[in-house]
Formats: sequence, C-alpha cells, structure tokens
Amino acid sequence: MGNWIINHGLSAFILIVWMGINIFLFVYYYLLYNTDESFFYTRHILSAALPWARAPAAVLNFNCMLILLPVCRNLLSLIRGSFMCCGRSLRKSLDKNITFHKCVAYMIALMTAVHTIAHLLNLEWFNNSRDGEYDTLSTTLSDLEDSENETYLNPIRSTSTTPTYVAFTTIAGLTGVVITLALILMITSSMEVIRRSYFEVFWYTHHLFIVFFVGLVFHGAGRIVRHLDTTDPPHNISFCKDQPLNWGNIPECPIPQFEGGFPQTWKWVLGPMILYLCERVLRFIRYMQPVMYRKIVMRPSKVLELQLVKNGFKMEVGQYVFLNCPAVSQLEWHPFTLTSAPEEDFFSVHIRSMGDWTANLISVLEKLPEGSQGPKMAVDGPFGTASEDVFDYEVSMLIGCGIGVTPFASILKSIWYKFKESNPNLRTRKIYFYWLCRETHAFEWFADLLQVLEKEMTEREMRHFLTYNLYLTGWDSSHAAHVTVHFDKDTDVITGLKQKTHYGRPNWDKVFEQICNENPSSTVGTFLCGPEELAKRLERKCVEYSDVDPRKTRFYFNKENF
Amino acid sequence: MGKIEWAMWANEQALASGLILLTGGIVGVAGQFRNWQFAAYGIAAGIFICLLEYPRGCKANGKGQERPYQYCLTVCVKAFGPLTRNYYIRALLHAVLCVPGAFILCTVLGCVCLAIASIIYLLAAIRGEQWLPIFPRAEPREKPGESIKEPPQNPPPRPPAEMRRKRAEDMEGAAYTNPMPVMSNEY
Repeated sequence: MGNWIINHGLSAFILIVWMGINIFLFVYYYLLYNTDESFFYTRHILSAALPWARAPAAVLNFNCMLILLPVCRNLLSLIRGSFMCCGRSLRKSLDKNITFHKCVAYMIALMTAVHTIAHLLNLEWFNNSRDGEYDTLSTTLSDLEDSENETYLNPIRSTSTTPTYVAFTTIAGLTGVVITLALILMITSSMEVIRRSYFEVFWYTHHLFIVFFVGLVFHGAGRIVRHLDTTDPPHNISFCKDQPLNWGNIPECPIPQFEGGFPQTWKWVLGPMILYLCERVLRFIRYMQPVMYRKIVMRPSKVLELQLVKNGFKMEVGQYVFLNCPAVSQLEWHPFTLTSAPEEDFFSVHIRSMGDWTANLISVLEKLPEGSQGPKMAVDGPFGTASEDVFDYEVSMLIGCGIGVTPFASILKSIWYKFKESNPNLRTRKIYFYWLCRETHAFEWFADLLQVLEKEMTEREMRHFLTYNLYLTGWDSSHAAHVTVHFDKDTDVITGLKQKTHYGRPNWDKVFEQICNENPSSTVGTFLCGPEELAKRLERKCVEYSDVDPRKTRFYFNKENF
Repeated sequence: MGKIEWAMWANEQALASGLILLTGGIVGVAGQFRNWQFAAYGIAAGIFICLLEYPRGCKANGKGQERPYQYCLTVCVKAFGPLTRNYYIRALLHAVLCVPGAFILCTVLGCVCLAIASIIYLLAAIRGEQWLPIFPRAEPREKPGESIKEPPQNPPPRPPAEMRRKRAEDMEGAAYTNPMPVMSNEY
C-alpha cells in the first residue's frame, strides 16, 4: 500500500479533490433549487425536474472551466518551470494532463445527459401546464402574462405549441441542441480507434469546441429559469398557494412577480477561454518565427533527421516540439522529441514515416536538390516532459522501445557534453540504459552515438557510469546461428559495440533485482518511452521493488506519452 | 495509420445515436409524454441500431479492434450478406430510421445524430468502403517468453565420449571423479 502511495498518491489526491468539488456542487445546487422558497411556484409545475436540471448545470459550469486548462501546453510548461524547486511528484502529475482532460470530458458528457433529460421533462410539463392539463394553481401560474404589470413564470407563452417548437425557438433550447450535438461529434471522433488511426479526423472535429463554448456562454441568455421576485406588499406563498383565483383581490396575495436568473456560465468559462486564446496566439507567433535548415539527412529504415536553427530557441533534455509544415498541411501540428543536446547550437529531430503527414514530409524533402533549404517549417515549443528529471535522480533507468529511444538520444548526448565540462548540475552517479528493438537496421543512427560515448568513457575511465543493454526482440534462427559462429569476438556483431546485444525481451525481475543490489540506498528514476503494455508492467515492478523506507531503494516511474 | 476510413467514424457515431435515441425514447415513454408512441418507436429503433452497429468491422488492411463480446453479433450481422456489407444500404437505412424521431423533442437529438451518421456512411460508401467482419485468429501467436523458463531439450554440446574419458596420464585434469575405484577389465 505504501508503495502505491509513493507512485500514485498525488494523482489520486487531485482526482479525489476534483470529485469532491463535483459532488459538493451537485448536492448544494440540488438542495438550493429543491428547498428555496423563491422557487416554490416553479417547482409546483416542474417538481423534481427543476433541481435535477440545475444541479448538473452547476457541475457543468465547473467542468467546462476546467476542460480547457490541461490542453494549454505553454501554460503547463510555464508551471512546470516555476516548480523546478518543488518536489518531483508535482511535476509528474502535470504529465497526466491529457488523462485529466478525458476525465473532465466524461463528467461533462454524463452531466449533459442528466441535464438534457431533466429539461426534456421540464419542457413537456411546462407545455402541459400551459394547456391547462394540471391543477388550478398550475394553470393560474402559467397564465401569468408577459406584460407591463405582470411577469410570467412559464416560458411557454402560446397554448398551441409543441416542446419541439419551443426548443428550437428559444435561445436556451437552440443553443442547447447545437452544443450537445457538437459535444457528441467531438466525443465520437475522439474514441481511441479513431484517434490512433485517423488523427486528422479527430483534430479537425475537435475544433467544434469553439461552437460548444460560444453556445454555452449564450445558453442562459434567455433567462427562462424563473424565480419569485420580492414585491411590495410581499406575496405570502404559504397562504396564497391554496387560493390562486384570489390573487390580486386580497391584500396578502398581490399578483406574484417573477424574474429570470442572471446567466452564470460566462463567469466560469471566460478566464480559461482567454487563457486558451493566449495559448493559440502564442502558437501563431511561434509559427511566424523563421526556422533555418542546417542539415537534412535521410537515415535508413525511413527515418529522417532534421537539424534546424531558430533564433532564441532554448531547450532542455528530452523535450519535444510541435512541427508544422504548410507545404504538407496548413493546419496540422505534430509532436516530435528533440534528439539533440542543449549544449549544441542547433536542435534536431528524427522523424519516422508513420502516417500521412510524416510520409508526405519525407517525400517532399527527398525531392529537394542537394544543399538547398527545405520548405517553410514552423516550430512550437519546446515543451517539457519527464525526461528533464533524469539528472535529479542519483540512479536513472532509461528504457526505450524502437523509435521511443529518441528522448534518450538527447539525454545521452547531454551527458557526454556535461562530462566534458564537468558540469556540477549532474547529480546522477549511474545510468542504466535499455533499448528494445525489433529489427537490426533501426540501430544505425543510434549505434553511432553509442560508439562515440563508449570511446569517450573508456578514455576517461568512466566505464561504470553508463551501462547499456540492447535487446533484439525480433531474432530468429539465422540470427542465432550468426551469433554462435562469432560469439568469441570482442565486439558485438550487429552494432560493433563492446557490450553484447541480448536476444529476446528483458527479464524485468532480474533487471530490477540487479539494480536494487547494486544501489542499495538510492532513489531510482525509471523512464520509459514505449508501449502501454510495457508501461503497466514496469509501473507494477517499480511499485513491487520500491521500499517505503527512505533508506532503501525506491523506484519512481515516469512515462513519456504523445 | 493511413488514409481516413470514414466508416470507422460513422460506426461510432451511429452507435452513439442508437444509444441517444434509446435514452430519449425511454424518457418519453416513462414520462408519458404527448405522442409517446414516437418515443416507443425510438426505443425499438435505438435497440436495433445498437445491435447492428455494435460489431466493429475491420479496416482495409485487415486489422481491427474488436469491441468486447462482439462475436455473436458479428455472426448475425454477417449473415445478412450484402445488406449489411454495403454502406449505401446502411446510409439509406439510417436516413429512413431517423425520420420518425423528428416528431417529438425527446428523440430529436437521436434523429439528428443518426442523420449525421447516415451522411458519413454515404461518404464511406462513395469511397468504396465495405463492412468486413473481424473474426478471432485461429491460434494465438507464439510469444517469446519473458525469459527462457523451459528446461533445455538437448544436453549441452560436449566433445565425443573418447575425449571425455579419464586418461591415465592426466588423472587430475579430468572432469569427474569416480566414487569407487575403477580397474581395467582383467580376465
């Protein structure tokens, strides 16, 4: 249990606080609309459907405020930066921003459903009441006119209309239908299947949020939820409710006056909308800044290396940038991890051909003549991720799968530079690096880097600092045969490195045990860039092998995600 | 990753519409709304659409992500052959099914969502997409083990028996010791 607290404690706490606020808002507004005297007459027509509509509305206000915040990546980067002093747990929680965005979205969907159902009942009952189908009090209330000395309670003024007609001719009804439709389209296109396979559909449809927020702000403008206004002389509800036909004729019961509630939603969402607008403006400004190509290299297995230079660009290890190339697609921004170190005077990315955008980019660049500048490229970022924390841990475990090794390319290069300068910021004493890859020919560009590092470390007699283990998971009998023939060579046959390639997948139990034994009293940071399945397994192992006792080894798990 | 397959999104949208139509129908019938018969239709149509759209088809490259427990429905839907395979027919079906939902408020949202799903299916049909069932693989793929946990099948490679035998001139260097003294056969 203690291990779970170390690794998940803060995220669980944030979720509990969020859920607590939701429950509080729901219950508070439910009770308010259910018991407050000024809504007595409204409740007479609508009964429980009134509080059942208003309570989710309050929860919706809160969540619509929250939903824009986790996707303001520049803002989050700013918060991360200003928290460099405060504990790594807080910074890790900011990694889970998209997960939080999804939780809030689910809550919005659920509350929208409850709110809509309650309003369906409301409209039906308002309509029936207007047509005189209910008791005398109800009919009298509905008959109240919208004129100089009378204010109405029932927003349905006509006696020969249908709820459908009312819904589409009131501001609240029309905006409600439109924004619910926008919400449904956004949700269906954000399903995992669609998002992973057809990102463009998801991205463009998700911009319906603009329609959603505009409609949301105007949703309450019609002020159709009405409550009793104070009159002079006051209208005594408990006395007058039983004799509606005498209203206006006896002193205790002047004709009741009603007014609609002032719209509240804009107060909740205006701030985040402005923040998000600033975020998009910032992205646009970054888009306009010029970016020069220093080098374009086509690597084997369809990997493209781009070395770019931009004025005023500062990065940390393992950060990522968003790239936009108008020649390929006007509106799309795609994230790529930086593979260069901060000590270099350029920044580089390695792009693999995975989908429409990357394939088109590679084909555009392949057609370029030698030595010329590439098409206009816009860069937004850099944005921080968990890799920045690598140097804070005494011992770091880095695990990269396939192309997921790219953030670690940046880290290893940075280590090399920091070593050469004997940089005191380097708290790390030991790094364990695990690269899992299916095919041999994906190794090339990274193998070069490792060879250089190996040489450097041997020269400085620091071979124990970095231990790297390469796992070739896609081996077959011909590989095995090749290796058995050459097994007594000094360097590995595949990579030419001194440390031999392993075949098959790592035995994580043994790996964790070995690290525990070699580092009995350290905090070990585990960093993974790879598939979800492996992340779950490693997270479990970190929890399993961590000790609550701060004098023993503790593992913290960090996952990169895009 | 590849070109956009509209049918995948149309399927999600249609399934959502079925659920919304069903929910709206339940509200209408339970609340005994005016013209509740349309709400009852909404329930029936909603259930039918959910059953039809629940089994996900596979993508053009043959791969597909199944929804949980969709196998039975996949078999049923496949049994209708071209009626369910062709997306023009599905687009038309959804367009027709959505119309009665427009008459009362509870089912209006379901109606509009279904109409949108119908349009996306039409787009998919124009692009030549088809519904192909996902059937589970015949045998599970062999996974390389976490570590080699099985015992070895063969003994480790050794030099031939002649070389393994203890030699008289090199008793100390042998690989094994005898528990009992061994003498050569002397008859």
